[in-house]
Amino acid sequence: MVKKPKVASWYDPIIKAHGTPRPLLRNCLVAFIFGGALCAVAEYFQLLISLIPGISDKDASSIVMVIVIALAALLTGLGVFDKIAQQVGAGLAVPITGFANSITSSTLEFKSEGYVLGSGCNGFKLAGAVIFFGIGSAVVVALIELILGIV
Amino acid sequence: MIGEWWIDILKAFLVGGCFCLIGQLLFDVAKLTPAHTMSILVTAGSILGGFGVYTKLADWAGAGATLPIISFGNMLVIGALEGARNNGFWGIWTGILGGVSAGIAASVFFAFVVALIFKPKT
Repeated sequence: MVKKPKVASWYDPIIKAHGTPRPLLRNCLVAFIFGGALCAVAEYFQLLISLIPGISDKDASSIVMVIVIALAALLTGLGVFDKIAQQVGAGLAVPITGFANSITSSTLEFKSEGYVLGSGCNGFKLAGAVIFFGIGSAVVVALIELILGIV
Repeated sequence: MIGEWWIDILKAFLVGGCFCLIGQLLFDVAKLTPAHTMSILVTAGSILGGFGVYTKLADWAGAGATLPIISFGNMLVIGALEGARNNGFWGIWTGILGGVSAGIAASVFFAFVVALIFKPKT
């Protein structure tokens, strides 16, 4: 997304020759394995929790989600989340951990400006985009289906 | 117990991994910011939810489909459609947040608790 100024283009070949290339294959592999493993562990606990009498599959899914969110928030507070996220990229950003981390990190980061003006007003910095486009698109989809009568 | 479950766990691994792979490609190849990537994935989830595809995937892959942020869009659509089925037009507005309630409530609550306890790392 960053635009390079035209003036600086003379050093592009030098960067190409000496800079380390972005390891795309490694990043993709790590994201796939870590993200997959996270979902696999979540699935295991989901199956385990659904064995408890009175808890449906849907409840088990929500319980696991809340636990994963709590862990992501805790790891963000401890400063561990960012270190892992630097290594695994989308492996932590695409699951709900990324959503939880974005709220926790901006809530924590803006704490110095006060709980209301800092944390409260800035907490949804990245999560706001998710909720904005999520609700926006969901309303449009639901309206279309209602108008077409396929609800 | 893992003996009977390994196939479900493997499915979750494969589907969850594939979604993360797509996210990584959007980061690295399309050079999108995290906010753009998340917005695209959530919108994709809404559209897939509208076609009823995502629920089938979630039945198949379990946490592999419900944990990635794409399922957020799907759950919003499911809530909106369920509301529409019960209460018509106004049901869309009252039902839309039903499915994502746990995710948002937990994220906000734990974020606040963490902000109370920890100091930001510089």
